[in-house]
Formats: sequence, C-alpha cells, structure tokens
Amino acid sequence: MTIERHNYDVLIIGAGGAGLRAAVEAREAGLRVAIICKSLFGKAHTVMAEGGAAASMGNVNDNDNWMVHFRDTMRGGKFLNHYRMAELHAKEAPDRIWELEVWGALFDRTKEGKISQRNFGGHEYPRLAHVGDRTGLELIRTMQQRIVALQQQDGRDFGDMECNIKVFAELTITDILKENGKVSGAYGYWRETGAEVLFEAPAVVIATGGVGKTFKITSNSWEGTGDGHALALKAGANLVDMEFLQFHPTGMVWPPSVRGILVTESVRGEGGVLTNINGERFMFKYIPEVFKKMYADNEEEADRWYEDQDNNRRPPELLPRDEVARAINTEVKAGRGTEHGGVFLDVSKRLSAEVIKKRLPSMWHQFYELAGVDITKEPMEVGPTCHYVMGGVEVEPDTAAAVGVPGLFAAGEVAGGMHGSNRLGGNSLTDLLVFGRRAGAAAAQYVKNSGKNPVSEAAITAAAAKIQAPFDREGGENSYSLHAELQEITHNLVGIIRTGAELQSAIEKIADIRKRSANVSVSGGRKFNPGFHLAFDLDNMLLVAESTAKSAIAREESRGGHTRDDFPGMNNKWRQVNHISSFDGTKVNVREQVLPMLPKELFDLFDVHELEKYMTPEEIAKGGSN
Amino acid sequence: MARKLNLRIWRGDSDSGELKDVQVEVNEGEVVLDVIHRVQATQMGDLAVRWNCKAGKCGSCSMEINGKPRLACMTQVASYPEGETITVTPLRAFPVIKDLVTDVSFNYKKAMEIPAYAPPADLAPGDARMQQVDVERSQEFRKCIECFLCQDVCHVVRDHEENKKSFAGPRFFIRIAELDMHPLDILKNRKKTAQEEHGLGMCNITKCCTEVCPEHIRITDNAIIPMKERVVDIKYDPARWLGSKIRKREGL
Repeated sequence: MTIERHNYDVLIIGAGGAGLRAAVEAREAGLRVAIICKSLFGKAHTVMAEGGAAASMGNVNDNDNWMVHFRDTMRGGKFLNHYRMAELHAKEAPDRIWELEVWGALFDRTKEGKISQRNFGGHEYPRLAHVGDRTGLELIRTMQQRIVALQQQDGRDFGDMECNIKVFAELTITDILKENGKVSGAYGYWRETGAEVLFEAPAVVIATGGVGKTFKITSNSWEGTGDGHALALKAGANLVDMEFLQFHPTGMVWPPSVRGILVTESVRGEGGVLTNINGERFMFKYIPEVFKKMYADNEEEADRWYEDQDNNRRPPELLPRDEVARAINTEVKAGRGTEHGGVFLDVSKRLSAEVIKKRLPSMWHQFYELAGVDITKEPMEVGPTCHYVMGGVEVEPDTAAAVGVPGLFAAGEVAGGMHGSNRLGGNSLTDLLVFGRRAGAAAAQYVKNSGKNPVSEAAITAAAAKIQAPFDREGGENSYSLHAELQEITHNLVGIIRTGAELQSAIEKIADIRKRSANVSVSGGRKFNPGFHLAFDLDNMLLVAESTAKSAIAREESRGGHTRDDFPGMNNKWRQVNHISSFDGTKVNVREQVLPMLPKELFDLFDVHELEKYMTPEEIAKGGSN
Repeated sequence: MARKLNLRIWRGDSDSGELKDVQVEVNEGEVVLDVIHRVQATQMGDLAVRWNCKAGKCGSCSMEINGKPRLACMTQVASYPEGETITVTPLRAFPVIKDLVTDVSFNYKKAMEIPAYAPPADLAPGDARMQQVDVERSQEFRKCIECFLCQDVCHVVRDHEENKKSFAGPRFFIRIAELDMHPLDILKNRKKTAQEEHGLGMCNITKCCTEVCPEHIRITDNAIIPMKERVVDIKYDPARWLGSKIRKREGL
C-alpha cells in the first residue's frame, strides 16, 4: 500500500484556539505549517467557551493590572501553579486580546468604545473580554479567518493559497514519530476514508485540548478524549498533576440527555443566585477561611456589590469553581437538592428579560430549546460537570517545549502547570493565545536551529500496523461498551469526591479494561467508521484515566480540583509537590517532583499573611527562591 | 418512560444507498442525535454521523430530519407526534461521503474566496474605539455557527450543482455583510464584488435560509436585502453612475 506523505516544518495537532494561534505564529516566522483538525475546521471545543477571556486591560476598572491578575490566578490554583506560566499569562494576555481585535474580532464595548470586561469567579476586577456568551466562537472564528487571510496573502504572493499553511480536516493522529530521540513527524488516518497519512516534520505542537470524555457527565464534546495527553506520554513526555480536574459547578442536569452541558459562569457574574430546594442561598455557608476577606457573608452586602464594588465584598456565588462545585455537591448529598439532583440558579429576579436575552443569549436559547425552561422567568437546575483538566504535558514555561522530547511542544488545555490545582474561568481563552503563540514561535525557532529529521521505514511500518489491528481481530470487545464502562468507573470512583479505597479499585478496573481493549474489534470498513475511531480514542482515554487515578491516590490532601474524603483540607507540604506521570510502554508510573518556588519579586506581590495560609514556615522565611 | 421510536436512516455512500428502518428506545427530553447515538452504540457500530458539542454551538450535526434541514442536537424527538416515523437523511445540497455525513468542502472553498478583513494599516493594538451600537450589526452575523443549513436549503444550489461555481451562498453573504458593516474595515467594493463575483444577484429572497438558521440570524432582511438595495441604488442612479465613470469613485 502506498501511503500519502506530507512534508512540513511545523505540524500542529489540534485546531482550537491554541493550535490556530501557534500556526499563525509559526507561519509568520516564515515556516510551512500543517494544521490537523479531528473534526471540521472551526468546530473545535473552543467554540464552547462562553464567558470570556481574562486580560487585565483595565478598561472597566483601572485598578487592574497584570500583578492583580497574577495574584488571582495563583490564589485560584491554590499556589500549585507554575509561577512562571501564571506570570507570562498575566503579562501577555492584554496584548493577545488587542491583537484579535486587529484581526477583526468584535468584542462587546464599554461606553468609551473600549473592549468591555465582565466579572467572573475569582477575578478581583471586571476582567473578561467577551461577546455576549459566545466568546469562544468569536475567538475561533477570528483565528480561522486570520488563517484564511494568510492563505489569501500566499495566494497573491505565490499563486497557491495552501502552499505555506494547510488545514487537514477530519484527520486523526495515532502516533508521534521520533528518530534519534527527537521528533520526526506524526502518523494518522483520514477519518473520511480511513486512508493512512504520514507527516514528516521536525517540530510538532500538541494542542488537542482536554479529557472530559473520560467521564460520564461532562461539558466536553466527543473530541475531548485526551489524545494529546496520550500521544505525548507515548512519545516519552511527562504529564504533570493529572489528579486535578475541574468540575464546573453549573452544568445542566435535566433532561438527562443534556446532563453536563455547560451553563456559563457569566450567569453568576451577571447576578445569578444559587439556592437549594428550601430557597436558601447556601453559598454563604461555604466561604473558606482563605477567602473570607474577599467575599460577602450576608445577602445585603452581596447584593450591594453589583452596584458598588469598591465598598462591598463579592457575592460567594463568585468563589472559584472548585469551591462552588463542592458546595453544590454537598447540598445535593445532604438532601437539599432538586428532584433531578441539582440546585437552582436564578437570574430572572435580578435582570429584566430583555437584559438576559442580550447578555446571555445562548443560555436563553439552550434552556428554552433543550429543557423547555424560560430563564427570564424561571430558575435553571444545575449541578457539577467535568469541564477542564488542569493537569497536562509538562512544559518549559517560556517555550511550551515538552520536557524530555526535543521537537515536541504543547499549548492550551493539553499543557499542564499554568492553572495549578484549579483554573479560574476566563483564564483558559487567554492561556490558549499566550501559550499558543509561544509554542508556535519556539517550534519555529527549534526548526531553524535543528533542521530536518527524516522518518524511518521501521517507524512507518509500526504505526501502520497499529491502525490495521482492530480490523484484523474478530469477535473482540465493542469499543462503545468499553467506553461506557470506563465512564462509569471514573464517574463513581475518580469523580468530584475521592477516597483511597475507591481510587485503588479504579486503578484495578481501569487496568482490566485496558487489557480487554487490546482485543477491540471493529465492524464495517475503514470509511468514516465511528466504531473504528472510538477504538483509538478509547486507548487514549484509558491512559489518561490511569494517570489521573494514580496521581489522585498519591496526593493525600484536598486542594482545588482534587478532593479526598479521607484527607480533607489542604496540607502545605503537598503544595510543594507536583505529580509527574510517565509511560513505560505497559503502564503509567507516577513520581513526586518539587514545584519551583516563587522568585522574590513575585513572592513580594502578596501579603505575607496570605502566603502563610499556603506555605510552610520554612518557605515563608526564605521569602522567595532568589 | 422509555418508548420505542421508529427511525428511518439513510445508509450508503457516494455510489449507492437506501433507507434502513430501525426501532430504538427513546427517553424523555431526548433529541434526535441521542437516538442516532443509541443506534450507533447498539445496532450499527459503523453508522457515520458528524457531531461535536451537542449543544447547538458548533454546527456539526446538520442533517435533514423529515426532509427539513436541522441540527440533530437541537431537535427534540418529542416535537414529532408519538408513533410517527422519523426519517434522517444527509444534507441534500452536498455530496454524500457516508450515511449522514456529507462533503461540505464547498463551503470552505468559498470562505477562502471572500476577501479578508482589512483594517487600517496604522491600527495599533488597543487603540480601536467602537460604539456597541456600531458593532452589533456585524455581531449578529458573527453568531453564525457554520452549520451550513442555509447553504443546504438554498434553492439556487440545492438541486443545481451548476450554480455552485458562481454562487457563494447565504453563509457567505452574511460574511460579506459583516465585513461591510465592520466599523474598522476599509476594503471598498464589498457589495459590488458580492454582486459580481459571489452571486448575490442569483438570490431571489425567498428567505428559506433565514427560516432554517438555528441562530435566528436575519440573513435575508439584515444582510442580503440591504446589500442588494445598495447595489441597485448605485448601479441604476444615473448621477452616481456618471460620477463613478468620471471620477472612478468607489464605495459600493
């Protein structure tokens, strides 16, 4: 069989915000770039981001600046963030937003005509640039159109629009290839035909997004199967802190078919209130010690904050997502939830129908069409849904280079470190742009320095054999049922509240499914065959789930997106520890690694009494790493 | 609560195909995409269907349900009378790849033909000042999720393959309108090229596109008609026609 071959300088796997931003940067550095999308161009999960993109432009409150944003991000992540990533993100986010505007994005405006910014959980000032509640769509469309603009320029300059940047839509990558210890390309197949494709490229940027489909209730689309996490692991890279998963506090809970679909945090940012079945506004009971100074402990003050933010504390509905998700979980478990196992979120009492439809148009639409609920008149029923993985590929902060694999880069949700143990809403979209750009630039630089690295025939043969294997087996396991089994296990045993015994049992069960998955067989042919596609996705999800369960059992504390019933409360000793997952060819191994300490100039941005809540006395005494 | 639904699914590829009848369980609140997934997981493992977000935001699961172009994720099974057979078929205006999946590359080619956004050369990041009221006109069109239902339903291309070459379709008329109304875009003649190169004149405003738009974008009223009116104004106003000949004035 002859296989289709392509040769590029930089191969970008993933066409969401991070991948497209990386592609633009590498192309503008003068290199030839291929972009791989698992689905059609412009359908990436980035379109689901609703609330906005956090950047301290200070357009609404001019007290805002990168230092305030940095502090908020570190607090949100419970100081487990890689400080350098949080610093770069906070400093560069405004430029990345303004740049989108130069490329044609149309954000909502302030009265002065600047980009408007809205409030969000964990952000001290109104900070999220937004377009109603469809900010992610605006971002993806702007990037998509920027790529078309570059292609048109190439058309004018070289007579071929696709000569320097080409989009390969509906293509799955199954292997990252290496020669002499360095990246040489990637192998995969067209989803449409099943035909195999080889990409030779000395640099590969992984920008594949998240892992939500590992779980039963998730806001993620089918694409969130942890492909990049698994590809990186298999290529010899590490994953960092895979125990941290963000359960977004507000997913839809009814009807069952929409369970998990996201209800944007903007609903709370715009004044939405959470109540239990008794009508109690319960969040006042769940303000943790470390946040008591910043959040109102009574309804009057919380309500006043919407009018006067300088003299009142914020409503507790706007606590970081991990706190709100745990609070809702506790209320429901205590029997104070709705009949469908959620709580009420109501925006109808504070805002007029007209304002709701203007500021939250897609939420109105979503509830009206899918649940038959008119949110301008009635409350929504909401509950936690698996939304985002904080853990991901271990990277060098400045270059997004994957640790241990020359030529491999990772940006966006698939990369770890930036968000620590919990991501603040709005930080994802700017994370994509800041580190997408850095990954593209660093990959370009790497290629200029290192040159080509041809793929060997042996590597091609091995990759091709893997793709054919499920067709050659007969009467094996069904990938759909194995996937459903895995989701049951992660939901029940590795979910929002965890215990050591349950995690141990999960690790054993995941290993069992992994064994059986080696025997998956596929019916039908290669042509657009979802059962065949799922066989590869399943393999990726299993590795991710194993890494998550093994990291989770090792971390004997509760922090951010990792809650242990048997180890409640944060432990400052554990704050100094990252969990590093690696893959030895048969199983995932997890080891501890020391988290880099803040340098003095960043340490000094905080009140030392605040740091005392997170750090050991020895760390405080040092006052920073330098 | 669960009941049985009779579902008729088109199965086949570019060579041949036929409608297949299946019985599938359906639960309260489920949408057509849910039952298609159930068929896939239990009866037809290789049934091809595109989907992503399952929340009406990505525009992937476009298909024809009882002959109407719709998003399968936003179509409640309960919106059809109980006992009625629901028939799902691929988009008719595009070539079938397999089952419910069609080749929509036509749309991506057209997207590459529309001249890109052109800001003033000296626009520095952070300097733009625009009023909300001015951005809202283009924002309406930027809501487009590119489901291509408007392209599918448009009779100019639905059964007329020969028109595809010279007709960009409603999705791209709103793209042109969006750029034309963009407060910062400086490229001239967008309406004129819409008329002369992208087939705006072939549209005879039957509003089918507006009717199927899941984002409720008023494609015909707010994009196509205003552009057509301006084109006509300028083309048939003798004074402006003369002006354009003498002074080579642009501005369409």
